[in-house]
Amino acid sequence: MSLSLRRLAALCRKESYQIVRDPSSILIAFVLPVLLLFIYGYGINLDANRVRLGIVQQDGGVEASRLVQTLQASPYIAASLSNSETAMRQQLQLGSVRGVVILRSDFSAKVRQGQGAAAIQLLTDGAEPNTANFVASYVQGVWQLWQAQRLPGQAEPAGLTLQARYWFNPTTVSRNYLVPGSISVIMTIIGALLTSLVVAREWERGTMEALLSTPVTRAELLLSKIIPYYLLGMAAMAMCVLVATLVMGVPLRGSLWVLFLVTSLFLGSALGLGLLLSTTTRNQFIAAQFALTAAFLPAIMLSGFVFEIRSMPLAVQAVTYLIPARYFVSALQTLFQAGEIWPVLLINLLFLLLSAAFWLGLTAWRTPRRLDGN
Amino acid sequence: MNPAMTASTDAIAIRLQAVSHTFAGRPALCELSADIRRGVITGLVGPDGAGKTTLMRLMAGLLKASAGSICVEGLDPVSAGDTLRLQLGYMPQKFGLYEDLTVLENLRLYADLRGVTGQARADSFERLLAFTDLARFTDRLAGKLSGGMKQKLGLACTLLGSPRILLLDEPCVGVDPISRRELWRMVSSLADGGMAVLWSTSYLDEAELCGEVLLMHEGRLQYSGSPQALMDSMQGRSMLLQDIVGNRRQVLQRALRSPAVIDGALQGHAVRLVLREAGVLPDLASLQAGPDASLQRVKPRLEDAFIDLLGGGPGGDSPLTEHMPPVRLPAGVDAEAVIVAEQLTRRFGDFVATDHVDFRIRRGEIFGLLGPNGAGKSTTFKMMCGLLPVSSGEARVMGLDLKKSASQARQQIGYMAQKFALYGNLSVAQNLGFFAGIYGLSGASQRAAVADMVRVFGLQPFLAMNAGELPLGFKQRLALSCALMHQPPLLFLDEPTSGVDPVSRREFWSHINGLVDKGVTVMVTTHFMDEAEYCDRIGLVYRGRMIAAGTPDALKTMVASAELPDPSMEDAFIALVERDDRQREAT
Repeated sequence: MSLSLRRLAALCRKESYQIVRDPSSILIAFVLPVLLLFIYGYGINLDANRVRLGIVQQDGGVEASRLVQTLQASPYIAASLSNSETAMRQQLQLGSVRGVVILRSDFSAKVRQGQGAAAIQLLTDGAEPNTANFVASYVQGVWQLWQAQRLPGQAEPAGLTLQARYWFNPTTVSRNYLVPGSISVIMTIIGALLTSLVVAREWERGTMEALLSTPVTRAELLLSKIIPYYLLGMAAMAMCVLVATLVMGVPLRGSLWVLFLVTSLFLGSALGLGLLLSTTTRNQFIAAQFALTAAFLPAIMLSGFVFEIRSMPLAVQAVTYLIPARYFVSALQTLFQAGEIWPVLLINLLFLLLSAAFWLGLTAWRTPRRLDGN
Repeated sequence: MNPAMTASTDAIAIRLQAVSHTFAGRPALCELSADIRRGVITGLVGPDGAGKTTLMRLMAGLLKASAGSICVEGLDPVSAGDTLRLQLGYMPQKFGLYEDLTVLENLRLYADLRGVTGQARADSFERLLAFTDLARFTDRLAGKLSGGMKQKLGLACTLLGSPRILLLDEPCVGVDPISRRELWRMVSSLADGGMAVLWSTSYLDEAELCGEVLLMHEGRLQYSGSPQALMDSMQGRSMLLQDIVGNRRQVLQRALRSPAVIDGALQGHAVRLVLREAGVLPDLASLQAGPDASLQRVKPRLEDAFIDLLGGGPGGDSPLTEHMPPVRLPAGVDAEAVIVAEQLTRRFGDFVATDHVDFRIRRGEIFGLLGPNGAGKSTTFKMMCGLLPVSSGEARVMGLDLKKSASQARQQIGYMAQKFALYGNLSVAQNLGFFAGIYGLSGASQRAAVADMVRVFGLQPFLAMNAGELPLGFKQRLALSCALMHQPPLLFLDEPTSGVDPVSRREFWSHINGLVDKGVTVMVTTHFMDEAEYCDRIGLVYRGRMIAAGTPDALKTMVASAELPDPSMEDAFIALVERDDRQREAT
């Protein structure tokens, strides 16, 4: 395959004009990423700080009042007080509270007898197990705190206390791992969805036939599609990183050049997949449908960006190894939250490289020089 | 000297020997042998699906032939593709332009791709922009050009690098007759300079002007050689029956029953006939064309010869005529105005697509809207079908106001859309059932209506086949039967026969003529000039306005002059459009 720089430059220039003049590609490359970043960064929050908790206090004793005060004082709980159990149950059903703590009339008496735990009832909404767990553990925590405060003299019943420390994301802000993950979704959209349209568009509009009747070579054709969209993807990436770190305050602990390398490799496979779909279907609509199913959905569902891979069924876990977004998400989360942890990064880099080579190679092989295949 | 140069001194630029091509087992081209010479325009002529595009792609090296040999400049177009691509200019359908690039950017792109640089580039840009008269529009986006200007830009991009062979695939589709003539002049001058030009078209009147033609039908070559020689071979067989008194459609029908006649068509007030044998005339008395009627010899057309090569026309009797009951108008509907447009206007933002158009159509009349693409005839048409809201003015069919009772009005209309609008992945039977259903037929009446249509149009063998796989002529039959299922008093046809072979077109019009005799009123849009001859009256639509209306003969008389005493429909069209342009400029 020979390569003429003049022809390649002419084709790249043409492609760039088309990108710049097509409002939808600018929308997808620059507006959509910011939108997604903000949705994942602020709209979605997997932390359950300040859960709404209803308290039914049927016991007027000192012990009960103190527990209620402790619950109200907790930074994780927004408590609302009532003495009607039915009213609170209704609120739970409506979802206006996430859990209900019921202190029976014999609570104080039982606590004095040392049976406090038996007198407190916690109702949570099992339909949302994640939130229910949060509620349960927060209430548990407050309960333990209260017991410790109640008996300051004889505190520390056991010799050990547990001090949890979360590494890499010490405040466990979910934004810090959701934002790097959402960057992988954005890069998938730009890489695969946008390019899935570009070759098919040439077929649909009849320009491919005109191009193929000129001395253009296969390599020029392929590179002229890859280079402009690679640059567009990199520009969008730079914007994402700036927004994430400067606006959203997400830490970036790894170095920029590793980030550049990882992104380049991932874009390689995303572009390859998009172009392959575009080249083989020759139809923008079908290619975009395939790109959504084959790239976008796996990037969300199977990359470990929202749903942890280790909690998936084994068969699905096996499938995730085929999804380049998996390695990209892992590398991004490592780079943003932990820095250069080379054992993790090297594995991811290797698989991204293999994947890019596979998809680009396949595209090169399928790129025609004639209308009937090769 | 390299081999390509020595070969080029030869008069033959492309030689085809027993070329065949199949797509997934289906034959597209069959044993085709022909030579394409330099210095003339060779017409590649045939209806859609004849194999024209396939043949062009084979010559351009874009496809590899399944069998046979192709020699372009003495070389094989696939194995010597790299050499040939510089000597061959190929303009695909839709011209291969990037619509989001400007005129100049398109030119630069193709100049870079064809290796035209430096001074040669500046020179050829100057020459081509002057040649195509596009110099004023270099900064305009190609997508914003008119059809004719796109066509010229497409040609300019193809001519970069001075190819020795020019392949033009249907360069005149969607282009108005004025631009068509202009392109023809430009390409003729190229051929005069020694270029080999292959020009594909489905218009036989366009093909008559070519130096040589390859006539194709269903993948086979029917004739190759000079169109004049072919027309000369028909000498004495083309006749015009003039001064007819009475119903000329019935005269045509009777003439086609005569064994002496193989083909016939309406031409304004006259009837044009092709005889089986020169000198053997049909019995004039049996035609019942009136006392003054006379048969006169006329110049044969390429279409006459093509239909003769295909074994003659389809005959004039339409089984549909026996099937359809005569149309009776409900009380209160004026038979002189079953379709009425008054000051009909449609605006899209600032753009006025239809501008104060008036017409009224009688019961049993064929009214044609004739005009170039983008003139506004489809917009007018869609408003009359109730498919597009009216901005201002009146549109009425069968006394029903389309602004108030569009759906009631639609029940009165049989509508056959451009490209037939069939469901390609439903079978013929399913399509018939579906269209019967949407016109409100169900149960026994639906079965009866479908069975009638199957019998009338001979669709029985195709019932299980998907509509998308039907040959074009049968698609047209199916579309017509779907539109007629509910026996509507009005029939609206949008570009009904574009791309269809002449025999199928004849057959189609024999059905329409039969319907009209039953009192069905027909409104048709077309850009085929000879199709316009079938109409009782024509409205000429140009830039949103109806610039002229009248019988075909009246329109021709309007432009007749000393140097053009007997103008064709196309001459009339061009003269009237140019007259309108001058008037608009003057005001």
